[in-house]
This record gives sequence, structure tokens and C-alpha cells, in this order.
Amino acid sequence: MPLYHDDDQAMLADTATSFMAEEGSIAKQLRHWRDRDCKDGFGHELWKQMAEMGFTGMLVGEDDGGLGMGHVEAGIVLEEIGRNLTPSPFLTSSVLAATALKHGSNDLKGRYLPGLIEGESVFAVAIDETAKHRPSRIACRAEKSGNGFKLTGSKSFVIHGASADMIVVAARTSGSDEDADGITLFAVPKDAANMSHNAVRLVDSSVATHTKFDGVELDGDAVIGEVDGGREILNAVLTAGRVGAAAEGVGVARGAMDMTIDYLKQRKQFGKLIGEFQALQHRASHLYSEVEIARAVVIKTQQLLDGGSEQAELMSSVAKAKVAKAAGLAVKEGVQMHGGIGMTDEYDIGLYMKRDRALQEFLGDAYFHANRVAEMSGY
Amino acid sequence: MSDLETFRTETRAWLEANCPPEMREPVRDEEDVYWGGRNASFKSDAQKAWFEACLAKGYTVPAWPKDYGGAGLNPAEAKVLRQEMSRINARPPLSSFGIWMLGPALLHFGTEGQKQRFLNEIARGEIRWCQGYSEPGSGSDLVSLQTYGEDKGDHWVVNGQKVWTSYADKCDWIFCLVRTDKTNKYQGITFMLFDMASEGVSTKPIKLISGNSPFCETFMEDVSVPKSYGEDVPAYVGEINRGWDVAKYLLGHEREMISGAGGGDRTAAIGAAMKRHAAKAGDEIDPVLRAELAMFDVDALAYAAMGEKFLDEIKVGKAHPAQPNMMKYVGTELNKRRHELMMATGGSRALEWESDETDGGKPSRNWLRTKANSIEGGTSEVMLNVISKRILDLPGS
Ligand SMILES: Cc1cc2nc3c(=O)[nH]c(=O)nc-3n(C[C@H](O)[C@H](O)[C@H](O)COP(=O)(O)OP(=O)(O)OC[C@H]3O[C@@H](n4cnc5c(N)ncnc54)[C@H](O)[C@@H]3O)c2cc1C
Ligand SMILES: Cc1cc2nc3c(=O)[nH]c(=O)nc-3n(C[C@H](O)[C@H](O)[C@H](O)COP(=O)(O)OP(=O)(O)OC[C@H]3O[C@@H](n4cnc5c(N)ncnc54)[C@H](O)[C@@H]3O)c2cc1C
Repeated sequence: MPLYHDDDQAMLADTATSFMAEEGSIAKQLRHWRDRDCKDGFGHELWKQMAEMGFTGMLVGEDDGGLGMGHVEAGIVLEEIGRNLTPSPFLTSSVLAATALKHGSNDLKGRYLPGLIEGESVFAVAIDETAKHRPSRIACRAEKSGNGFKLTGSKSFVIHGASADMIVVAARTSGSDEDADGITLFAVPKDAANMSHNAVRLVDSSVATHTKFDGVELDGDAVIGEVDGGREILNAVLTAGRVGAAAEGVGVARGAMDMTIDYLKQRKQFGKLIGEFQALQHRASHLYSEVEIARAVVIKTQQLLDGGSEQAELMSSVAKAKVAKAAGLAVKEGVQMHGGIGMTDEYDIGLYMKRDRALQEFLGDAYFHANRVAEMSGY
Repeated sequence: MSDLETFRTETRAWLEANCPPEMREPVRDEEDVYWGGRNASFKSDAQKAWFEACLAKGYTVPAWPKDYGGAGLNPAEAKVLRQEMSRINARPPLSSFGIWMLGPALLHFGTEGQKQRFLNEIARGEIRWCQGYSEPGSGSDLVSLQTYGEDKGDHWVVNGQKVWTSYADKCDWIFCLVRTDKTNKYQGITFMLFDMASEGVSTKPIKLISGNSPFCETFMEDVSVPKSYGEDVPAYVGEINRGWDVAKYLLGHEREMISGAGGGDRTAAIGAAMKRHAAKAGDEIDPVLRAELAMFDVDALAYAAMGEKFLDEIKVGKAHPAQPNMMKYVGTELNKRRHELMMATGGSRALEWESDETDGGKPSRNWLRTKANSIEGGTSEVMLNVISKRILDLPGS
């Protein structure tokens, strides 16, 4: 498959670009909700509109009422989300949770997927238990209790945790904290008793929770996949999520870069447009190169993932790490090349820097993923 | 099975049967590859067998039309062949400036007569070409070149000096930029082709920091270049005084080639190999070095994806015309970094300049040679200038 969008994908990209620029713009969404100190950090109205566009259920199989599209398509939407810094539960709900639910029973699918497809429901995914991404260690426990389970422990930095109608929780049903096996995924409903959220606002104005499970009772139907068989599903969820986050990161990078290049063509100092200074030109050109390469590795990885290739796993880490470096460069150069106004809240470039920082941490930063590339390569 | 899958299966079987094991080892330096030419000799029987097998199949230049010595593969087939060759690490059967540079220029600008003659010679490895662009006073600012061809009706008399002419002393013919109109900077250059054995042409090798001498000063003293080599075979490509267009077109190919976009060593990850290498020497890789290797592998694997995307896009005209400059910039900087890391992994052993253990100082000589990557074919700084101007459209650049 060639590494560019086919006709259908190009059409989707056109649609997504104009829709997100129109409805998902920084002024209409991010600033709007942030300045109102919105408890969710995103707008439900937009989520419904995204459902009408067919976005929310794009990764859900056609048999389950979705569009049965792939990660290339989801990535198209995510890139526009990134470019506009649109706060939305798309990544956690339509990519991560939807991937988990693919492995769920028909009963679970029937309970949750229609809400997702309609844009009525929002999902979160709770994996990490510390401030750094470390899915190899899962201490949160689910013990057998009657016909079901009792969930005890805590999860940190659950994005959209307080707004979610359902949280996919990775818990340990056997073994010790560091074991690869013995993990089970649960679909925990919003109204579960003995679950409490401590919501925290993050630097990018998104809201995450520290969520406690104090003996949350779950019936056997809440299990996604097999008991003790959750690691493989979790890996699939993580891979999909990382590739999705990388696609969003490319959008952030391109958004920041485009703004900056525009600024170089407008701002005058020393009687010249600052874009005439070679010191800035070379850095801008280097930045362009890095962002192009980040785009390339993301589409490559999306195609591998959609094609079921074994390489997708390795390349998802390559993509996540590369995008983190490229987007990090884009926002840092962006702020620097804007001079003083780059430091102001009024100007959008700083918002890109904040979103990039949060995306970098989400599901593993460049260090985590470069290390993973080394491990998977055998060194 | 689709036609392409059939082609893949056949190609895989053909490679299995025809590519000798010795030709599946990574290319360590330029001597590991066959360059062709009047005075060429094969380094080994395997090299000869591999070259001849490919020649018979049209695989020295797989994407060129069959009439000109190629296999006439379409872009998708050429990609499959490239993938299957890189899967088994197959070396190129023939390398030359004729394949990378002159060939594409002739395919685009050449007359039928030129194509029939010169492309077939290149494909068969008969004539080895060198590139006469740079002059002592004209490097990055190439268009200021001074070598002059005086019009004498049916021939020119060429005088001047070229420099950094790679392999000039080993090559048979030169494609050379010659000023034919002193009053017009851009439209006063002709892209000439002539025999290095012509009277008045001489070369003087220049020793590189790597100790090798693959490039030369080339002097032209009253060299007579006929305007035609026979019916429909002019001695210049494109039009007289319009050689700059050809030169620019060809630089695009040169940059693409130097970038390593087509795959091969330059786009591969190295961390695992470095670990094995260190283990063999009884060493361990320092954690900080390991981290740098990991970051390098991320960049290299991402760049490999970029190379693939670039080639896919170029075929359908989706790539920005200035994109080869970006590929060249990143690819060469990456290759320099690769060799820095290989030196660091090799430790003091990699410093040996002549020992058998290092096969005559390969690690350090190759490391030094890579420093030219970001100079030859246009420097990194010039690449960044071009990106600024043509892709980012920045003012005043
Ligand atoms: C937090 C903060 C506090 C400040 N406090 C004060 C204060 O107390 N008093 C005060 O007077 N000022 C203050 N400043 C202003 C500060 O000195 C200016 O922001 C700074 O001099 C840069 O000018 P500028 O913002 O107009 O950016 P510009 O000059 O417009 O620069 C934009 C970009 O172009 C680059 N650039 C400009 N010219 C060239 C060139 N010739 N070659 C290469 N690149 C070039 C710059 O490096 C920058 O990256 C403050 C700024 C900040 C952010
Ligand atoms: C190994 C090797 C093989 C070569 N083979 C050939 C060959 O076969 N045929 C051939 O014709 N030539 C060949 N060359 C020559 C090569 O193309 C030139 O070296 C190259 O174009 C740079 O020119 P220069 O060496 O004169 O450097 P200069 O142009 O003098 O550059 C010196 C420094 O100034 C910088 N610089 C120059 N202009 C600018 C600018 N506008 N903005 C910012 N920085 C600038 C450059 O980037 C460089 O860092 C080869 C060179 C090498 C090293």
C-alpha cells in the first residue's frame, strides 16, 4: 500500500479538516471551556456533532453498528483534533475503549457501543497507577466475590475519568504486581458504588482523575475478554492508543509549525521580516523536516496496524517517540520564534506547548518508547 | 493472487537462486560494489556472478525501459524488487553515477539516439561516468562556474578546471557543465558529454582525510569536444546554453540517491548489531550510549518510513519538487550520526588505521568518509536554504 491517503481517505481528510477547523477551533472549544472552568474540560455538544459526522464509531466494526474503519482513518480525525487543540473524548473513547470493547462480549458491546456511536457516552481507560506510564506493573486488584469481582486499588491520571460513563480498568486477578499474566480488563460503569474520583486539572486544561476503588462490586459480565487474559487486550489497546496519540501529536506539531512559519512572514525587526534571517530559516527548515518524518512514520504505523502486521508493535513505539521529539521541537521553536508574545496567554502558540506536554506523557513519552524500541530490538 | 504478489513470489525465488551468499553482506565501503567501466575488474567470482545474473534480467537498472537495458518494471514492481532485495540484504549489482545521475537526466532530456547509446552502455556497466560540476571558485554557488567552451562551429574548445570530481581518474566519460555564453549567468551553461581520454584532459587525485583518494582535480586544456557523436547523438543534453535546467534536474536525483531514501544501510536500525559487536569484543554498552542508540534507531526507522513515503509520492507526483533536498539533509546527517555511534561502540579498536582486525582501518575510514555526505551534492546548509525558499516560502531566501 502506498504511504499516502487513498481517495476515500483524502475525502475524509477534507471533511475532517473543515469540520474541526469550524467547530473544533481553539476559540470555540479549548478557550471557551477553559475560561469557564468547565468540569469536563470538553463540550458534549461537539461530541454529538462528531457522532453525526460518523467519527465516534469509526473504529467500531460494522456488525456492531460502527463504520469498521481503520487507524489511518481515525488518525485523520486525530490529526485535526491535534491541529485545533480540540478537547474531546475521541482518543480515550473512540480509540482506546473502542479497541478494548472489540474483545468484549456481545452483551458488553450492546450495553456500551450504541452510546458511543450516538455521541451520548464518554469512556475512559484506567491503566497507570503512578505519574509515569508503566503498564508492566499493575497492582490494582480484582478478587473473586460471589459471581463477580471486588475491585480494590487506585489508578492515576485517568483522562476524562470523572466525565466517563464507563471506565475500562486494568486490574490484577492473579499473580504479583509485575507479572505479565494475571491481568483482567473490566468495564466499570459510572455509577459503581465505592468508586471515588479526585479530579485534577492538567497544564493543557484537560481534566484527569485519581480514581479509588474501595471494594467496587462488579458482576462477571463486566469482564472484557477472559479472566486473567487481559494482557493481550491491554497491549492492543495501548498500541492503538499510542498510534492515535502519535497522530494527534502530528496535528499539534503541524499546527504549531504553521503558526510559527506564518509569524516569520509577518513580524518585522531590524527593518526586515524575521523570516529573512538565516538563523531562523535553517531552524524552521529543520523543524519542517522532522515534522514530515513524524508524519511519515505515523501513516506507516497506521497501515501496519490496519494490516495486522507483526511490525506494528515496534513501529508504534517508534512513532510515539518520533512524534514526541518532533512535536516537542515544534512547540519549543514556536514559542521562541514568537519572541515575547509567545509567552502570552492571549496568543495560541503557548497552548500548543501545553497540549504537547500532556500528549507526550500520555501512554509513554519518548524515553519510554525509545527504551521499548531497544528492548524489542534485543538490546 | 494479484499480479504483484505473483511478481513478489517470483522475485523472491529468483533472488534465492541468483544472489550469492557473499552478495548478501552489508556494503562496508565503495570497494564492495562493482562500478563497471572500461578498466573494471570484479573483486570476486560472486560479484561477477551476481552482476551477470542481474544484467541478463535487466536488474542493473530495473525501472528503465527494456530498450535501454532495463527490465521495464513499473513503480510498484520496482518497489517490490527493492523490498525483496533489502530483505535479504542484497548488494546492488552495479553502482555508478551513470545509473543515479546521468541516466535519469537522459531519460528525461535525452534524444532517442542518446538513450539508445548511453543508457545501454550504462546498464551494461561498460562506460563509467563522472560528474564535472564543482570548480575551485564555484561550490555551493555552482552557477558561477567559469570553465569555458569556445564555439568553433562543429566543436567547442574547452578550457578550465573542475574539482572534487569523484573517481575522475577511474572514469571513462564525464558529464560536464561548461559555460558557453559569458553574458548570461543561468542561460549560458551547456551540459556536455565527452571522453576523459580526449586530448587535453588530465586528472590529479586528491587525498581525503580518510586516506583514500576517490576524487580528483580535473584539468581541461584546449579540449576539443565535437558537437555531435553521430546521427541523433548530440554531445550535449537538452539545449545548448540550457544546461542549468538539466543540472538542476540531475541534482534532484543526486540528492535523492545520497539521501538513501531507497533503503539500505542508511535507513536501518543499528542498536542490536552494536550490542552484538560489543559483546564479541568482550565489551558492554554503557547505558547512556544505549540510550543514544535507541534514539538513533527511532530516528532511523522513522526516516525509513519517510523514504518509502517519499518514493511512493514521487511516483504519483504528490511529493513536493524540493523534497529531495529535505531527504538529503536528514539522510546524510543521520548517516554521520550512525558512524559516530559505531565509533563510540567500537572504542579504541575502531581507531586502528591499518590493522587486519579492522580490515585496514574500515571503521575510522568510513566514519571520516561520511563527513562528506553533508557536503557532496550540496551541503546541509544549502539544503536548508532550499527548503526555506521553495517549501516554506520564507521571505528573502
Ligand atoms: C517574561 C518577559 C518579561 C519581559 N520583561 C521586560 C521588561 O521588564 N522590560 C522590557 O522592556 N521588556 C521586557 N520583555 C521584552 C523582551 O525584552 C522582548 O520580548 C525581547 O527583546 C524580544 O523581543 P520581541 O518579543 O519583540 O521578539 P522579536 O524581536 O519580534 O523576535 C521574534 C523572534 O525573531 C528572532 N529575531 C529577531 N531578530 C533577529 C535577528 N536579527 N536574527 C535572528 N533572529 C532574530 C528572535 O530571536 C525571536 O526568536 C519581557 C519579555 C518577556 C517574555
Ligand atoms: C566526497 C566528495 C565528493 C564529491 N564529488 C563531486 C563530484 O563528483 N563532482 C562534482 O562536481 N563535485 C563533487 N563534490 C563537490 C561538492 O559538490 C562541493 O564540495 C559542494 O557543493 C560544496 O562546495 P564547496 O566545497 O566549494 O564548499 P563552499 O560552497 O565553499 O561551502 C563552505 C561552507 O559554507 C557554507 N555555505 C556556502 N554557501 C552558503 C549559503 N548560501 N548559506 C549558508 N551556508 C553556506 C557551506 O554549507 C559550507 O559549510 C564532491 C565533494 C565531496 C566532499
